[in-house]
Amino acid sequence: MPDYDEFLERTFKILKPFTKPGVMLNKDSELVTELGLTSLQVMELIEQLEDHFDMSIPLNILPDIRTVHDLATQLDKLER
Amino acid sequence: MSLFDKFQPLIDIRAELEQAGVMPFGAVTEKILSPTEAIVDGQRVILAGTNNYLGLTFEPECLEAAQRALAEQGTGTTGSRMANGTFAGHLALEQELAAFFGKQHCIVFSTGYAATMGLASTLAGPGDVIVLDADSHASLYDGVRLSGAEIVRFRHNDAADLDKRLRRLGERSANTLIIVEGIYSMLGDQAPLADIVEVKKRRGGLLLVDEAHSLGMLGEHGRGVAEAAGVEDEVDFIVGTFSKSLGAIGGYCVSDHAELEAIRFAIRSYIFTASPSPSVIASTRVALRLMQERPQLRRRLWDNAQRLYDGLKSLGFKVSPQVSPVVAVTIEDRDWAIACWSRLLQRGAYVNLVMPPASPTTDSLLRCSVSAAHTPAQIDRILEAFASLGAGDKQAVK
Repeated sequence: MPDYDEFLERTFKILKPFTKPGVMLNKDSELVTELGLTSLQVMELIEQLEDHFDMSIPLNILPDIRTVHDLATQLDKLER
Repeated sequence: MSLFDKFQPLIDIRAELEQAGVMPFGAVTEKILSPTEAIVDGQRVILAGTNNYLGLTFEPECLEAAQRALAEQGTGTTGSRMANGTFAGHLALEQELAAFFGKQHCIVFSTGYAATMGLASTLAGPGDVIVLDADSHASLYDGVRLSGAEIVRFRHNDAADLDKRLRRLGERSANTLIIVEGIYSMLGDQAPLADIVEVKKRRGGLLLVDEAHSLGMLGEHGRGVAEAAGVEDEVDFIVGTFSKSLGAIGGYCVSDHAELEAIRFAIRSYIFTASPSPSVIASTRVALRLMQERPQLRRRLWDNAQRLYDGLKSLGFKVSPQVSPVVAVTIEDRDWAIACWSRLLQRGAYVNLVMPPASPTTDSLLRCSVSAAHTPAQIDRILEAFASLGAGDKQAVK
């Protein structure tokens, strides 16, 4: 069963191509306001995580996610 | 931080369009001339973005029935279906729709939005799961968000992905509400309903299909994608609208589940709004009958759809994946799409401009919808307007 660190690592990997040059990616990076992800890109990120971990991520968790850390924390909760 | 900060992107786009002198989202129909022609923003245009699929908005029998109901029953019911707003006509229309679909039960709503949002927000609740197609209409998304259920999306029109999502739910899949549309409103593509039904049979759950854009268009009797795919018995709830092929406004849900009669009193968009006006019900009832009596309308609609689709394709435009009464042209660059929309209006064709996030991707769309009332000559005039854009030459418009 994947844990917080694995979710964090995979999220970084997926986000890398979306990250603009000069923007430092860390666990406190904000997905929309800092990294500039559109709503479609957020859904693409979710789909890639779902495929990789063979899990379904309910839309209900999205309002609680602002940062990469929030996302990894919510996914970790789902898997427990 | 102000309450208005979150609207800044919208405020910016609006200002940008205003400065450019283009207002695609507030185009005013100054005079409607027929089901297919109007004066829009001062231009005489062929209407190619109205969802008036069967062209019944000026049908004399519909007008006469509406005028009679208006004179006899007044301008409005002034009340909810649950209070004083159920007239004999509302019940008659429910019975006629149930008979048309071969289902036992029907609810009539004031709008299509109220029907889809109402069902999606009520059928499943906290502790239940809703699995819906990613490209579902906003009314369905609004509904499922209100439901309190766990919401999972599956990839658009991908029955294998739906299967995967239901598999992951394990035993909970039996208590899941699956939501898809018949024809998708933006690109006009159809749901692979036979495959989706196979998954539902294997994994369990109830299936709701929104046939808003497919009523009157598909199936031998015009009952939609479920009829065309031969799976009507496996669809638990069909929802739809009167505001497209039936040329009025309102919505419905039909089902064989007897519980629907009790569920109607749990649907807030049914209870807490006034019922449809008698004149709307009267014209809808006639339109429903005419739709059944005149299968030639369906044939003409598809001939027109094919003509527009082939024409746009041969002009070099990137069109929807399959022929449909909704023909969408994909334009990657947003500013170019706005310029094209404006030029089409000047050249006598009104279409819908769709920009993200309303479009399913990051691209913009020039969304056309054809009508059985269009003549082949009108379709050719729409094509001439598109030809004036020059498919690959942005400078032609800028």
